[in-house]
Amino acid sequence: MAARYVVAPAAEIPPGARKVVEAGQGRRIVVFNLGGEFFALLDRCPHQGGRLSEGKLCGLVESDEPGVFRYGRKGEILRCPWHQWEFDIRTGRSWHDPERTRVRAFPARVERGAVLREGIPAVETFPVRVEDDYVVVEA
Amino acid sequence: MTRPRAIDCDLHPTPAGLAALVPYLEPYWRDSVEERGMEALESASYPPNAPITARADWRPRGGRAGATLAQLQAEALDRFGAGIGILNCLFPVQLPFSEDMSAAFARALNDWVRAEWLDRDPRLRASIVLPMASPEHAVEEIERLAPDRRFVQGMILAMGEVPAGRRTFWPVYAALERHGLPLAIHAGSAYRHPVTSVGWPSWYLEDYAAHQQGFQSTLASLVTEGVFAKFPGLKVVLLESGVSWLPPFLWRLTKTWKGVRFEVPWVDRPPAEIVRDHVRLTVQPFDAPDDPDLVRRLLDHLRSDELLLWASDWPHWQFDGDAVAPPGLPADLLPRIMVDNPLATYARLREEGVPS
Repeated sequence: MAARYVVAPAAEIPPGARKVVEAGQGRRIVVFNLGGEFFALLDRCPHQGGRLSEGKLCGLVESDEPGVFRYGRKGEILRCPWHQWEFDIRTGRSWHDPERTRVRAFPARVERGAVLREGIPAVETFPVRVEDDYVVVEA
Repeated sequence: MTRPRAIDCDLHPTPAGLAALVPYLEPYWRDSVEERGMEALESASYPPNAPITARADWRPRGGRAGATLAQLQAEALDRFGAGIGILNCLFPVQLPFSEDMSAAFARALNDWVRAEWLDRDPRLRASIVLPMASPEHAVEEIERLAPDRRFVQGMILAMGEVPAGRRTFWPVYAALERHGLPLAIHAGSAYRHPVTSVGWPSWYLEDYAAHQQGFQSTLASLVTEGVFAKFPGLKVVLLESGVSWLPPFLWRLTKTWKGVRFEVPWVDRPPAEIVRDHVRLTVQPFDAPDDPDLVRRLLDHLRSDELLLWASDWPHWQFDGDAVAPPGLPADLLPRIMVDNPLATYARLREEGVPS
């Protein structure tokens, strides 16, 4: 059963930024802000354990035929810093083997402090104020 | 029901010198050969007296190994019981730097094999030897000969002037695909570059062993340039390539692809899968120890029983006696290698069937 963790004030992760947080049992999770949408992945590459939080965020390039580069989804593909395997930050699935090679993805969203004060177990290493927004991860 | 007889996919008829081809050259080139005093065209790939060039018992006194139909019949076709044999001429038409001369020799060689071999034994089929120094000439040669259904594939050497996957060659691959002809790649070099990537070797041993690197680089070029994405119907047959190097090479190619596939996005699935779908290899040489257990493990690494094609490599010296099958190959695999896989590879062999 997933627990909900308040991992950071939303203002700490502006668009394009990322933050490594802990959510239960010392589990490292990396949270991305992609144009106001938040995504959370386990900060551990399923290949050999590289820290995904240190990887580059890139676009997705695919091709319909040699010499044609179909490019888009800028900033949505995370490359592990160790071996450059690509992971979709929306799903955690790898590009090269999406069924079997995937990093665990957790639902992440922003909630208002006023809602959170209703009694959610949180990582309260920071004060939660009713008027601010916070990133909540279900992990 | 009797099974069709074996298909020998790699036989090397050898013109008895340049003079044997002269009658098949066009008049300008016939006279030019004489005026220039060209007496021979020999490649360093198969020096006449190198042991591998011809088995000792296939070297006639005073003659040349692999030079006559009678030799082929007695030494390979009849002896090993082949129902069909595919002729892959290695006379080095790839050597001249003149595109025109190279193409003229290729035409003569292909006409020679047609007149002196194909027309004289109905079991025979042949490669169209392609003058790849000029893709236009190569396409012309395919168009000229493809109507003759006894030509079952086009053939190039493993080491040419530039990597074989480059787009400059794509009209050649388009023509092959259009005519249902696989691309055969035989060991050998046009000697535009050293046969190793570290420079010219001193010895024949290095040269012959280096062909494996040539095959690897050529295969990597075909995959990464996207030849199989562009021509999904194209099959590639590696001739005299050896077999045992393939699995570890594909491991490396596939492993590295995972980390750089965004540079070659048309390679949209693991290279090992692409190779398994498109590439076939002849079994001589096999390049494995005789231990059946090791051979079985190697076959497991290939992860397919569709990849291997029967071949004696006549008259090259790969085995003694009648041991065409590499030692250790499981008996139940042989019918596949001898008949089913060649038939699946060569569309034109399926048209008439194979004698049983």
